[in-house]
Amino acid sequence: MRHHLILRVVTKLLVGAIILFALYVQFHGDFSPGGGFQAGVIMAVAFIIYGVVFSLRQAQRVFPPWLVHKLLALGVLIYAFTGLVSMALGYEYLNYGAFTPHHPEHGQHWGILIVELGVGVTVTGVMVAIYYAFAARPPTISDKDW
Amino acid sequence: MSTAALIQEVLSWVLVVSGAFFALVGAFGTWRLPDFWSRLHAASVTDSAGMILLIAGMCLQSGLTLVTVKLIVIGIFLFITGPTATHAVANAALVSGLRPREAEGLIAAEPEPLTVAGGAEGDAEGTRKETAGAA
Repeated sequence: MRHHLILRVVTKLLVGAIILFALYVQFHGDFSPGGGFQAGVIMAVAFIIYGVVFSLRQAQRVFPPWLVHKLLALGVLIYAFTGLVSMALGYEYLNYGAFTPHHPEHGQHWGILIVELGVGVTVTGVMVAIYYAFAARPPTISDKDW
Repeated sequence: MSTAALIQEVLSWVLVVSGAFFALVGAFGTWRLPDFWSRLHAASVTDSAGMILLIAGMCLQSGLTLVTVKLIVIGIFLFITGPTATHAVANAALVSGLRPREAEGLIAAEPEPLTVAGGAEGDAEGTRKETAGAA
């Protein structure tokens, strides 16, 4: 990969912009198209493109596999915990109105934001984990035999 | 409709329609041209001319709003990524041994002394200079 100068420079330039765009899609999801799933995929793309251009080893130094596995579970926990909190406050599971009983719409706004954050974290983790699983697999056919 | 708005409307539609024309030309080129390199060339027409004209037209449609800013950002993004993707594809093809088909034909079409191996050295040299001058 050393000779791909243009690809390396452009990737360095774009990875930051891609992550910024993922955060925009994540937190602007209630005003424009987007949400947790799309944001998670875009965030994962930043790491995947980094891994494709600068080897898998470099990508795993930035985003180690153990962290991916923890995040993957953390997102689901955020989602489930939001529901449990609303249950603990005496409402139904995932009834966001529980957070601000005097103004339910406010609570729904915050609830959806937190749940979408959980979705985003999980989707990022799953996408990167799938990429790691495929890319780290030893090739069964050597390059010469293609 | 005021004159300024009319000019803006007409100009934006001219840009959008010509952008769509270039996109169509790029699509036809990718479909009909004979080999990989000429198809890549045709596809890049969509990337450059078509994209720039379409985004410029849409910017004029939306006026001075946040949409224009977003369109310009999208334009910059495509302006960087399009040529990079074309470069990556062309580089991969070149490294894996694909050569333009035309090149062989062009060499065959050159004056005879170049292709005849046993020709006189001075003669071949002269012809080569002549060809270079003609080119």
